[in-house]
Amino acid sequence: MPFKPVILWTDALIFLLVAAIAALAWTVRRDEHLRAPWAKVARSRSGMCALVVLTAFVVTGLLDSLHYRPRLEGTGGAVNYGAEVRSAFDALADGLRTRTERTYSAPLATHAFSRESIERAHGTQAREYPRLRHGGAHLEDPHGERWPDVGRKTLAGAGLALALWTVLAMLLAALLAMRHREGIDGALSDLVHGCTEVPWRAMLLTAGALLAVAGPVWVLAGSYHVLGTDKVGQDILYQTLKSIRTGLVIGTLTTLVMLPFAVILGLMAGYFRGWIDDLVQYVYTTLSSIPGVLLIASAVLLTQVWMDNRPELFETVSERADVRLLFLCLILGITGWTGLCRLLRGEALKLREADYVQAARAFGVRDARILTRHLLPNVMHIVLIAAVMDFSGLVLAEAVLSYIGVGVDPSMISFGTMINNARLELAREPMVWWSLAAAFLFMFVLVLAANLFSDAVRDAFDPRMRSSWALPAALRPAQRLRAGSA
Amino acid sequence: MSGLDTLLQVRELRTVIESPLGAVRAVDSVSFDIRAGETFALVGESGCGKSLTALSLLRLLPDAARIDAGQVLLDGEDVLSLPEWRMREVRGARMAIVFQEPGTSLNPVLTVADQLIEVLQRHGAANGDPLGHARALLEQVGIPDAQRRLHEYPFQLSGGMKQRVMIAMALAAAPALLVADEPTTALDVTIQSQVLELLRRLQLERGMALLLITHDLAVVSEMAQQVAVMYAGQIVELAPRARFFSAPAHPYSQRLFAALPGGGEGRGRPLATIPGSVPALAQPFRGCRFAERCDRVRDVCRVRVPELIDVGDATRVRCHLYAPGQVPAAQPPTDAAAASVPADAPAGAARDEALLEVQGLRVHFPIRRGLFKRVVGHVRAVDEIDLRIASHRTLALVGESGCGKSTVGRGILQLLRPDGGRVLFQGEDLAAMPTGQLRTRRRHIQIIFQDPYASLNPRMRVRDLIAEGIDALEVVAEQTQCDPRIDAILAQVGLDAGMKWRYPHEFSGGQRQRIAIARALAVDPRLIVCDEPTSALDVSVQAQILNLLKELQSRLGLAYLFITHNIAVVEYLAHDVAVMYLGRIVERGRVEDVLGGPAHPYTQALLSAVPTLDPARRTQIIRLQGELPSPVNPPAGCHFHPRCPAASERCRIEYPQARTLPDGQVVHCHLYP
Ligand SMILES: Nc1ncnc2c1ncn2[C@@H]1O[C@H](COP(=O)(O)OP(=O)(O)O)[C@@H](O)[C@H]1O
Ligand code: SF4
Ligand code: SF4
Ligand SMILES: [Mg+2]
Repeated sequence: MPFKPVILWTDALIFLLVAAIAALAWTVRRDEHLRAPWAKVARSRSGMCALVVLTAFVVTGLLDSLHYRPRLEGTGGAVNYGAEVRSAFDALADGLRTRTERTYSAPLATHAFSRESIERAHGTQAREYPRLRHGGAHLEDPHGERWPDVGRKTLAGAGLALALWTVLAMLLAALLAMRHREGIDGALSDLVHGCTEVPWRAMLLTAGALLAVAGPVWVLAGSYHVLGTDKVGQDILYQTLKSIRTGLVIGTLTTLVMLPFAVILGLMAGYFRGWIDDLVQYVYTTLSSIPGVLLIASAVLLTQVWMDNRPELFETVSERADVRLLFLCLILGITGWTGLCRLLRGEALKLREADYVQAARAFGVRDARILTRHLLPNVMHIVLIAAVMDFSGLVLAEAVLSYIGVGVDPSMISFGTMINNARLELAREPMVWWSLAAAFLFMFVLVLAANLFSDAVRDAFDPRMRSSWALPAALRPAQRLRAGSA
Repeated sequence: MSGLDTLLQVRELRTVIESPLGAVRAVDSVSFDIRAGETFALVGESGCGKSLTALSLLRLLPDAARIDAGQVLLDGEDVLSLPEWRMREVRGARMAIVFQEPGTSLNPVLTVADQLIEVLQRHGAANGDPLGHARALLEQVGIPDAQRRLHEYPFQLSGGMKQRVMIAMALAAAPALLVADEPTTALDVTIQSQVLELLRRLQLERGMALLLITHDLAVVSEMAQQVAVMYAGQIVELAPRARFFSAPAHPYSQRLFAALPGGGEGRGRPLATIPGSVPALAQPFRGCRFAERCDRVRDVCRVRVPELIDVGDATRVRCHLYAPGQVPAAQPPTDAAAASVPADAPAGAARDEALLEVQGLRVHFPIRRGLFKRVVGHVRAVDEIDLRIASHRTLALVGESGCGKSTVGRGILQLLRPDGGRVLFQGEDLAAMPTGQLRTRRRHIQIIFQDPYASLNPRMRVRDLIAEGIDALEVVAEQTQCDPRIDAILAQVGLDAGMKWRYPHEFSGGQRQRIAIARALAVDPRLIVCDEPTSALDVSVQAQILNLLKELQSRLGLAYLFITHNIAVVEYLAHDVAVMYLGRIVERGRVEDVLGGPAHPYTQALLSAVPTLDPARRTQIIRLQGELPSPVNPPAGCHFHPRCPAASERCRIEYPQARTLPDGQVVHCHLYP
């Protein structure tokens, strides 16, 4: 085999999560009661456009989660695998990874960012900007040819994107036509006029916008550093794309860790009350009154020391960094469950008095069953809303924690480590701005998309919004009456 | 009719709501006039468009709704064509509105004075002393101790007070028309009678017109001069009060009257019901909207839309029966279902063996405060009450909200473990039973709740809802017998076996209540606690449920503890009645005796406050002073003494023990030796 698959801890959990989501989607599809709110999400324009963007991020992250160790060449009989763990994404972006420069270079540059002393042929020394090893290396006369070349490549990329996009649109139209049993032109015209129930047109346009950026970048990246390089000459585009996985892992696995605590403890506290409630309340009040950062910092430092003392546990640097990432998720989860727990406790307090719970108790139904059959399904929407709303917060939290040095392993590329490095670059003269800008831009798009999507989810699942039909009609007009006076 | 004194003319008003199913014509071509100083009642079942009509007049519609056509002329000026900023001046200053739910209509973080003064200033009605003006308003709406109340927050006020504050706010700018949308539906009868009296008085004093929206025909009968009946977005009958109550013309109006319990015809008769439900309004109608449910439907009704027809006496009816050339409408036919509901259970036979006997039941809720949750007092929700129910019989438990009725029910079911007293079911004390043993007795006593929307888990199918009790109590020996049993029980409550795969949200309120009844019946109970099972339902649906309960009783020999505040229902359904006040029973006895000759001053006041259809039965309302005291520290002696018109010195000191009157009534009052 030319490679040896490596399954890191977080990979396993991520794929477990993907499997769980797929299973959930399967049950939701078959149950119209569960499907209804999701159908509402599917009708939300901003939500679905955000989903397209998120999908692009998730695909990158998933590709980056298929890890392996390549086989080393030329070692005779014994099969040896490299010490470096790579991912499917690395294989695809091999050029980006390997074409490193010596040090800083600006986006699309052909020459290094700072002067270097160069020995001329006749022994004199000169200080000038040397050509880059890879960026624009194919150009004879970089000063004259660079911009026309960039323009050409951009156009080529745009053409590629347009072609891809057309294929995508036709595929979608064919799919819709098949689904509604109509001609492909009918489906196309529905699509063009935007009169489909799911906002396909808007989603297609979003996908088009993504492709319009990705296509040119893809072509340009073959011969330039589109977003420049960092201090050790590594491509910034490569780093930002690698950061995506770290962000996604933090955003999802933390929630996965947190949910059991929050759900089990919250529901039990609210349902049983008495000493269980006192205990749970005591625990979460105590936890939430310790500054979170202190707790996280001390926990991270402890695991750090523990891992340093047991180097034999980790075969590769990546495994080590990965375990640290997992610990970070655990710690964030353990410190972060209190908010949701409090919310669920309140909800359980209310639900335990609900007539249908009382009716179940009148039948002598056992507590465990009441908890799982009556309480849990009726708080699932809160759990879901909390999970999607927390995601973006956690991505940001990782950045902050890595910035202050208690986040992920320094060898792991993440938005936080990129920003941390940028600290010194901003102080240089002239300023190196691109690494910070790139990390910021990607993080911003990811968080924005996540927030838009979670808004759509909340609108669809929040029963208060859903029941505005059933609310006493008095409520809203009365508020408007007053609002009018303000 | 557009005489000089006509204040409001509504012409062909049409309001539509955008919904995923298309445009819903919730108000369709509604026209009526209101004269200055007159009370105009708009009646109909829920969802027929009453509230939307009211909101359209003030242009306070929810976002999804819009006014499609029509005119609303206030003093000849079309308010629908005014720009929003002018409309804001009309609202409050010339037309004001009071909503049903007093709790949600006030801003919880502002004091009463803040909210009143805000309204006064908005309409430029505030004079030099806005606080004084606000106080004067509160006094006008009959709030005692207005000076103190001014600086209180809404949560410190009772429901009746909040509604009065709402009325005060609506009156602040002296509007010419007050729209009151179910202003008393959320209130108790004694409070309702006070609020209605207040509205009547204010109207007289100010010559204000009142558009009263309600579903309660008795309230209409006491208040209105003109009546309009709405059905499925349209007005189907418009008549002066006297004519409407003596000879309702439209078949729908006639059926509404027949569905009312306590119409005086006696209890053996089953109530008339209106089959089916209000049609979906998103469809275009080709015929009469009532045709599916009308017992006098003809061929023409299905193909031609009836117009409003003038039938004399200033009455107009939307029905083909009154079209010129038709045979004049006869009296409504007698209910065909009459024979199918059996008469009362044999009275004497089962009387003496008590199925359930409650002795000295006490349920106190501790009030905890502070860091260590120290108990600082108790809410005495139920305080030493005695009850007795025999099988085959119905005991009604009546009283105002907050007096502890529901807590009694929960205490009997052991959903709340009592703090004292005994609950003897067939001689065994449930209150002293350990939980494990209690579980085996659970199947004998079941419960039905008030709100059929809250009592069924929305995430479970009907089958699972009903099977839950069967499984938990192991009613059937084998799992295979479960489904046949569910089918049989659904049939018993008048539902299709095929419906068991659906979720509760697919059913109407009445159907849901049937499901709740089926769930209780599934475990073969002997006693069912019915906690206001019909208060959330419309009259025609209420009639169906009452008929069903009565039928089940005679067929299965069930006993009911029927908790309610609706005296008419008590009269119709119950054999015995117990009246509760502040956690205690003040009077109990047979229904005829207690309702016919109430002995306790509280029962007398309560009964006098019940609005009635029949002017002849209307008595002088005994007004109670003050509000229901808090059950945290109830008054010493007789709990009722601060409000009792007949209180004496002894009442303040000594709690009156039970006294049995010659005809068997038991009364707790010192007036009786
Ligand atoms: N905010 C809303 N959105 C959609 N439909 C509504 C809304 N409010 C009321 N409706 C619908 O409009 C119709 C009339 O409602 P309403 O005026 O509240 O009736 P009523 O006051 O007679 O009970 C009903 O079918 C109801 O479901
Ligand atoms: S028009 Fe026909 S269906 Fe409609 S109410 Fe009159 S008789 Fe009944
Ligand atoms: S005991 Fe006295 S205060 Fe109580 S109801 Fe009788 S007369 Fe009134
Ligand atoms: Mg209404």
